[in-house]
Amino acid sequence: MSKNFGTQRLVVGAHYGFTDWLAQRVTALLMAVFSVVLVAQLLFGGKLGYERWSAIFSAQWMKFLAFVTIVSMLYHTWVGMRDVWMDYVKPVGIKLTLQVFTIAWLVGCAGWAVQVLWRL
Amino acid sequence: MADTTQRPKRPVYRNIHVTQLASYRLPLAGWVSILHRISGVLMFLLLPFVIWLFDVSLTSEVSYERFTSTFVAGLGPLPGGFMKLVVLSLIWAFLHHLIAGVRHLWMDMTHSVSLQQGRVSALITLGLSGLLTLVLGARLFFF
Repeated sequence: MSKNFGTQRLVVGAHYGFTDWLAQRVTALLMAVFSVVLVAQLLFGGKLGYERWSAIFSAQWMKFLAFVTIVSMLYHTWVGMRDVWMDYVKPVGIKLTLQVFTIAWLVGCAGWAVQVLWRL
Repeated sequence: MADTTQRPKRPVYRNIHVTQLASYRLPLAGWVSILHRISGVLMFLLLPFVIWLFDVSLTSEVSYERFTSTFVAGLGPLPGGFMKLVVLSLIWAFLHHLIAGVRHLWMDMTHSVSLQQGRVSALITLGLSGLLTLVLGARLFFF
């Protein structure tokens, strides 16, 4: 087992950065799949109106995929916006405030989107 | 003991300052990169608007009318044409962000990190997202 304390402790390979890096890519792929599936359904299937639009999101498998996309969006955007604040905002207080705002904004929006989706 | 204070001053390269932005020439890949960021932040800020559109377009036939009239009658004090412009900016942001993201995945998977590959793929990213934005913009405004 690697030594996790003292002067010999492992100071690289904590994987915090790697986890987020990977999560951002995996969530991106999931959202891309949703986008392609949605566009495919929009392109093929005749005239678009409320009937057809709501039918697309009423299908249970589409609700499943849309929910996965909403949660992916939440995490993906958190990683991205946190990176933006970390890069450009130095004062700790302002940075923390912006990060709290980001979390509230994203969680609120995700909840709203789920509410719309599950009302169908 | 050697005197370390006599060493010649080495040049220091810091991050560019905000006042230097206008005079700083970015390579194409740099443009893709900063636009990737800008498009992401734009979508983040307009997220409630997107979900509002999702809401009114799906909730009922009556609210669907509200959705379509947003781009004719407008939203509050904002005229319909302006709302179309907002959606067009979102369309561009989405396309650029998606294609620049696919470029990242492609670079990760195939180790395509040479200067030439970066330049060509940046050009493709900018061209493709610009072209698709034009096509969808024409669809949005004229058809």
